[in-house]
Amino acid sequence: MWPDERVVHLVNENFLPARVHVKEDAELFKRYSERYKAPWTPTILLLDSNGVEHYRIEGFLPADDLLAQLMLGRARLAFDQQQWVDAERRFREIVEKLPNTEAAPEAQYWAGVARYKATGDPASLKATGQAFKQRYQDTTWAKKASVWR
Amino acid sequence: MPIKFRHDVDQVLDDAKTQQRPVLLDFSAAPM
Repeated sequence: MWPDERVVHLVNENFLPARVHVKEDAELFKRYSERYKAPWTPTILLLDSNGVEHYRIEGFLPADDLLAQLMLGRARLAFDQQQWVDAERRFREIVEKLPNTEAAPEAQYWAGVARYKATGDPASLKATGQAFKQRYQDTTWAKKASVWR
Repeated sequence: MPIKFRHDVDQVLDDAKTQQRPVLLDFSAAPM
């Protein structure tokens, strides 16, 4: 939800925010929805500074989940740009601050990957696999991390 | 303080390139 202060702060701190409205900006909406293959609303795209999409949020979400998804998208941007330390910090922040959102187990998974990419140490993957024994056991991300135990 | 969404998307993308900042692009049908 856009009025949520945490969402406002995150967006203003991290992004240049732009909006195309399906009716008010009909021509722009048509052009950009075709360019980014985003015919449905609400859809939020997180783009890098060259306009390349890195993350997509489709459909309405309550404030906590939207905030977590935006944080996840920002972390993915850092990850895609091989900023491993920054990406790990951002992923872990989601697990710490919004542990009950659906983004949290995904963030826990990618935090382990980011640390591995930064260090080359497979122990970080093993530790992540072990962490899924304690938390988020019933998620797809636990299954994906199970090969690391 | 609300999010200051801009509607000049072409210019936002140009600014992103200049400022090396990511962009949040919101496709919306919400009442304005």
